[in-house]
Amino acid sequence: MANPVLVVLQQREGGLHRMSREAIAAGQSLAETLGGPVEAVLLGEGLEAAVEEVSAFALARLHVVEHQALAAYTPGAYVGVLAEVIGAVEPAVVILPHTYQTVDFLGLLAQRLDVALVPEVTGFETADGGLIWERPVLGGKMTSKVVVRGETTVLVSVQSGSFAADGAGAGEAPVERFALAADPEPDREILGTEEVGGDQVDLSQAGMIVAVGRGIGDGDKMSIAEELAEALGAELAASRPVIDNGWLPRDRQIGSSGQTVSPKLYVALGI
Amino acid sequence: MRIAVCIKQVPDTEARLRLRRDERWIDEEDVPFVINESDEYALEEALQLAEASEGEVVVFTLGPERAKEALRKALAVGAHRAVHLRDDALEGGDALITGAALARAIEREECDLVLTGSQSDDVGFGATGGVIAGQLGWPHAWLVMGVEVEEGGTARVVREMESGVNEILRLRLPAVLEIQAGLNHPRYASLRGIMQAKKKEPSEVGAADLELAPEATGAAGARTEVVSVGFPESGEGAEILEGDAEVAARQLVERLRKEAKVL
Repeated sequence: MANPVLVVLQQREGGLHRMSREAIAAGQSLAETLGGPVEAVLLGEGLEAAVEEVSAFALARLHVVEHQALAAYTPGAYVGVLAEVIGAVEPAVVILPHTYQTVDFLGLLAQRLDVALVPEVTGFETADGGLIWERPVLGGKMTSKVVVRGETTVLVSVQSGSFAADGAGAGEAPVERFALAADPEPDREILGTEEVGGDQVDLSQAGMIVAVGRGIGDGDKMSIAEELAEALGAELAASRPVIDNGWLPRDRQIGSSGQTVSPKLYVALGI
Repeated sequence: MRIAVCIKQVPDTEARLRLRRDERWIDEEDVPFVINESDEYALEEALQLAEASEGEVVVFTLGPERAKEALRKALAVGAHRAVHLRDDALEGGDALITGAALARAIEREECDLVLTGSQSDDVGFGATGGVIAGQLGWPHAWLVMGVEVEEGGTARVVREMESGVNEILRLRLPAVLEIQAGLNHPRYASLRGIMQAKKKEPSEVGAADLELAPEATGAAGARTEVVSVGFPESGEGAEILEGDAEVAARQLVERLRKEAKVL
């Protein structure tokens, strides 16, 4: 049987990140192609609720690593733990949600393990028995197809919206506590958080978005977009030049340098 | 304090892009090249930190001869020295290979802090800084929105998270920080700066200087290979609603309600 696919799940304060389910769906789809099992790993502290939620998916095994040094995310602790788990599971592919947190530690993890890395994947296909990964390049203007050379584990982060969370197959995952050989080593001290600007908007969760680009013209045209967003009950967003002009706060920036979104309705004005 | 800044020269993505004949990358003929956007912010942040501490800024890039232009631009805005990793054997690597080569070059200069952009605008792995940190054994942070060097060998760092929240953290120095675009206002080169930069020739280092075997670096050492690039499919399923704005808007709302069922 082929080596497993290992899905690294993301949680914060015990709540599962939305994209963790997309990562499970991606992992299951890939495991089907490769003909091996799909396993998952959840790390943190106080994970009862998250473990219960994840154990209802079709996974060959759920590895749980609980440690007080994992209560808050730090790349040092996460990379140390994941390197141990990956070393034990020997996966063909490791699937991670392409979140800010993942990108923060992904390069370090690939370097530590000396394995291949393909970030921000939007899809995959097989050809000549090998996998071909699709990912955007040049600020999303083009798509590239990437292959991995040689026998190595591949770390793959999957882009938001590329694999539907609804597609994650249900089942019963056996839960196993993973015994760490070494204590996790946090490499940063978390001092706290601060809000950006006045409003706190998570555009990745928005069902409807009215997005504004440079093509809208002058700043006074923004009120038209605002009216439309209000009429629809949609969130207002913008591409980089509009944000740089100060017409909207930076937490409303979307695109390759901003947030990745997957609304049901997206209205693009001058983009 | 000696600060290393890693910059990358990238094709201007605002320019009209065409495929190269082998369709493995874009045709780089006639495409203007610029300093990667977030790297410009990293450079500005380094200049400000150096000014506050009477420090020195050393800029590094890995790339072909044309990349020297990016180094000259960095010197013109105030970088003290520039190092060009210039060797055909170093070309064509992925983030892991390129990060390893940059780390070797940085080690030779004994730097206290490394700044770089959070992501390149061409290949966009967002991983090079983390790789450099791993190679050097230093802590790092990605998507940095603020840096304050503190007494006692630490830095207070603001990191952007999702949902409009920033995390404030403390790192021990030396460290690698990957800077998010927008945290400062990159300066323009003054005439004096441009004149002074002409006297500062970037130094060149090759694979041998970095003690990297040609088969283990550049394209030969990379574990990933781009087999093709293409424009995303477009036009499929697109439809133009006829009539003036009032008529088209009514039609659109109707269809969003009944067909797409999103309203």
